[in-house]
Amino acid sequence: MGEAIAFYTIAAFVLGFAVMVVSTKDTVHSVLFLVLDFLAVAALYVLLGAEFLAAIQVLVYAGGIVVLYLFVVMLVNLKGFPEENRDPHRRTKLGLGLAAAVVVELGAILAYDYARPVPQLADAAIPVVGNTEEVGWLLYTSYLIPFEIASMLLLVAMIGAIVLAKREL
Amino acid sequence: MITPTHYMLLSAALFMIGVVGVLVRRNIIIIFMSIELILNAVNINLVAFSSQLQHTVGQVFAVFVVAVAAAEAAVGLGIILAFYRNRETVNIDEMNLMRW
Repeated sequence: MGEAIAFYTIAAFVLGFAVMVVSTKDTVHSVLFLVLDFLAVAALYVLLGAEFLAAIQVLVYAGGIVVLYLFVVMLVNLKGFPEENRDPHRRTKLGLGLAAAVVVELGAILAYDYARPVPQLADAAIPVVGNTEEVGWLLYTSYLIPFEIASMLLLVAMIGAIVLAKREL
Repeated sequence: MITPTHYMLLSAALFMIGVVGVLVRRNIIIIFMSIELILNAVNINLVAFSSQLQHTVGQVFAVFVVAVAAAEAAVGLGIILAFYRNRETVNIDEMNLMRW
């Protein structure tokens, strides 16, 4: 019962803030609603027992990425910027296709049998207890190569962002 | 009783809000934020299944998604700044220099 109340409250916050992000006129307000949305998603992770990911969400998303967005919003002059769709009918077919995709998606979700037996995963034996320990164990054993590739990706992205944003090298 | 179905429906709704933001808004910064919402919807799904299967591997992939989102935000915002310096706009309707 308590879990249901927590879930529905947090879900309402997540969806409400997401709607505010895409519908607010002022871009700065949009970024601030994005922070609240990320924090609500972090609360959802805590509810699911993923404490490490909740901390990552708060640190990286709400702390890092959003600051980046705020910097760009402050650097870019958005005053007097008319936001209008010149031809509102040009995406009708795309919209219909997306609506059909949503129907298929919702049907698949509702047809999903969550009571089925849990499938055995290959490396189910993790010799440590605790959420953070388990994530760390998997990252440094089974998923070491993807972990290193992700670090390379971040390095390349950092250099690329510096090259792009610098006026002259 | 909250089942993974609830989390999947929430995730689908969040994903669709992000897609609507990408399609409807003309401000490229808001479009980038909508992409972040989409990535968050994916992460909710991954963590929900990780919780249901009692295995942490879903959270590992969610960490990778966060890393990719950070890289995407850094490079994308760098591109926005470089473009704004040249063209003085963030409206994607005016970003048609390379249109065929």
